[in-house]
Amino acid sequence: MGKLFAVVVAIIALVSAALFASHIWWLPVDISAHGHAIDRQLSETMVTSGALFVLSQLALAVFAWRYGDRRDGRQVKTFPGGATPMVVFATVLVGAEVLALTFVGSKVWAGIYQTAPDPNSLQIDVQAEQFAFYFRYPGADRTFGAVHPERIDEASGNFFGLDPANDSTARDDIVVPSLAIPVNRPILLTLRAKDVNHAFYVPELRIQQDFVPGLVIPLHFTATQTGKHEIVCTQLCGLGHYNMRAYVEVMSQEQFDQWLKERAAEQ
Amino acid sequence: MSQTQAHHHAPPKGFLRTHVFSLDHKVIGKQYLDLALVAVCTGMVLSWLMRLHLAWPETPIPGLEKLSPNGAAGGVITPEYYLSLMTMHGTIMVFFVLTTAPFAGFGNYFLPIQVGAEDMAFPRINMTSFWVTLVAFLVLVAAFFVGDGPPLSGWTAYAPLSAVGKDAGPGQGVGQTLWAVSITLFCVAQLLGALNFITTTLDLRTKGMSLARMPYSTWAWFITSVIGLIAFAVLMPACILLILDRVAGTSFFIPAGLVISDRLQPHAGGSPLLWQHLFWFFGHPEVYIAILPGFGIISHILPVFARKPLLGPRVMIACLVAIAFLSYTVWGHHMFLSGMNPFSATLFSVPTLVITIPATIVTLLWIGTIYGAKLRFTTPALFCLGFVSVFVSGGISGFFLAQPSIDTYLHGTYFVVGHFHFVMGVAAMFGIFAATYFWAPKMFGRMMSETLGKWHFWLTFIGVYCVFMPMHYLGLAGNVRRYSAFTDDYLKPMIPLHRFITIAALFTGAAQLIFLFNLIRSRFRGPKAPDNPWEATSLEWSTTSPPPFDNFGGRPPIVERGPNEYGGARGADYLMQAAAAAPASAR
Repeated sequence: MGKLFAVVVAIIALVSAALFASHIWWLPVDISAHGHAIDRQLSETMVTSGALFVLSQLALAVFAWRYGDRRDGRQVKTFPGGATPMVVFATVLVGAEVLALTFVGSKVWAGIYQTAPDPNSLQIDVQAEQFAFYFRYPGADRTFGAVHPERIDEASGNFFGLDPANDSTARDDIVVPSLAIPVNRPILLTLRAKDVNHAFYVPELRIQQDFVPGLVIPLHFTATQTGKHEIVCTQLCGLGHYNMRAYVEVMSQEQFDQWLKERAAEQ
Repeated sequence: MSQTQAHHHAPPKGFLRTHVFSLDHKVIGKQYLDLALVAVCTGMVLSWLMRLHLAWPETPIPGLEKLSPNGAAGGVITPEYYLSLMTMHGTIMVFFVLTTAPFAGFGNYFLPIQVGAEDMAFPRINMTSFWVTLVAFLVLVAAFFVGDGPPLSGWTAYAPLSAVGKDAGPGQGVGQTLWAVSITLFCVAQLLGALNFITTTLDLRTKGMSLARMPYSTWAWFITSVIGLIAFAVLMPACILLILDRVAGTSFFIPAGLVISDRLQPHAGGSPLLWQHLFWFFGHPEVYIAILPGFGIISHILPVFARKPLLGPRVMIACLVAIAFLSYTVWGHHMFLSGMNPFSATLFSVPTLVITIPATIVTLLWIGTIYGAKLRFTTPALFCLGFVSVFVSGGISGFFLAQPSIDTYLHGTYFVVGHFHFVMGVAAMFGIFAATYFWAPKMFGRMMSETLGKWHFWLTFIGVYCVFMPMHYLGLAGNVRRYSAFTDDYLKPMIPLHRFITIAALFTGAAQLIFLFNLIRSRFRGPKAPDNPWEATSLEWSTTSPPPFDNFGGRPPIVERGPNEYGGARGADYLMQAAAAAPASAR
């Protein structure tokens, strides 16, 4: 029975690890300026914790194989050195790993979430609602109109609750249901929620952030490759949660200028 | 001997007092376990329905329309009903299975016996705890049968989705209120239970049972009670505030200016993040409430079948205490991306990573205990070994999620689902299985079938890996969780792997029927169990199987040594904790 257990555990550990290493299911291509740091951190964690995973499972397998009771009257043995090597191993090795991950990882995290956005960022306002995203560009005056929740009216397309009659800055705001951004230009999104919690997740951009009602949350990044990707909601928001998505299209600066001009003309 | 025990109640008369409204901790423990059994079957069926829907969204499930004409018209699950099933699955499993069985169930039955007491310190409070838990369960299940059906906001019930009422969607009316009432009641029961466990451990230990001589399972239940006392004391008021937001017009969790279902909500001044903080201040310690009894049970059972002492007994207890303490400092890792100050993410990440050190030590102590052992591969022993394997698998993925920078990518994906199912779901279940096979002879006086037990182990062990390991792959590929269908372009290629998981889940679920059959059959037909079938040392094996009403037949045991005397440490294969027979004067 011990040998069977050992074989099964070893197969499970090795197959699981091989499937991780094969990258059959893996992160999509990174198209962000900050993503390589996340990917590197993930790969390093994968290697070290993967080794710990395989070693622990194999130790379990080997001991289960070796130390079955054969009723042969042999005496049990204590692990050499008792519990001390375990404590030392875990404290020193895992401790060092924890320290390393913390120092490097905190830097990666800080680089994304704790740095100020580039002053030349293109600012785009994002409103999440059950079950759609809307994006607002400030228009020619480079100023967003004020938001008035009581004026929100889906039927007339006033998703942000703007008041163009009294608010001149709101008149040229461009509101669209999908996001377009220029490549290699810092982007600053300001996230607001109309109703409940939502989240902004683009796997290719290596970025994820909740929308929280009552808060306006800044999120900044730079896309480094053109292309079209899905933005999906990752915070449970109600029955249409699975279907809440929009697209982000990364385009050249010229294409983007043209696109924005066309959208402005449509408003 | 304490005063409390001196005026102990007499054995009850009549069916109701003996089997239903019993004050006997053993009956109450079995009642908790029966409740958990009903709950786990319910929760598992819900997960099958979810898995079937994810794999074949259009295929009707026969008979489902009868349960919910609206949620599953024609047998096809609607998106909102999927979320309801998910919410109920999570809530039932976390509260009424993973908290109820290993802690309240086995703890109630065995903690008093293991410390040599006749009963819990407060038998009436103990009975109250169980009945309040049962009412909490019935209130929760009632949500299936009200107007719009069960709530759909997940077991975490994030506000404002959970706080604004009907406008937020189907099930968010009466269903969500029932959820909040149920959890409030559950908290009351757990708080009363925790007080009882703590008092019993501290005050009712028999002569010679010093703290250092307590079995590891007793230590784990004791530490878990302390965690529960603090955690449920926070969740209960949080749920009461949620109920007030829902029915009394307060705005604890609802800010101004929300437009839901085209209606400007009449609330202002609340904070959705406040709910998340209160919930996770309970929610993360809850993970340890679910798993620490498993730690204790494995540490208790493994030496019995290894025929040698647990490696580093004092280190084990120190690690359990360290984990309990650290469990209160890590809740923010559920909220890295919630919009709280990003600086606090770094702060919460450090203790989350540090907690892996005592967890690693504990795992190494188990593996080191097997070294040089004379392992007897009984069913409970196999489940102990399986526990170590799945706990390692689930624990390792915690390294990823503890780091905010990686969580930026993996948060909200199936990686998280795979992680927590392994570490607190499957591992805790393996602890429950090990405990059941180990203690059933004591509880029912009958042995369970070893052959069926081993089949159950192998099918379950391989099955859970087929179900939960692929979820990590899905998560790495960015597969979002809590989706009722995968219609996004990038998610469609994942569907074949989802089908594999569904088949594995049905297969693993079917294997549990073997356990159920074995459990029920052995209760009536199993061979009679001797007093100490496993040659174990702790006090429950010094009394009859099952134990008499007052546990030790009027002769409280006198404890002479710790529970760790295996492997000929003093010339014998094992030495019982209790002296051979206690003289009557010891009372």
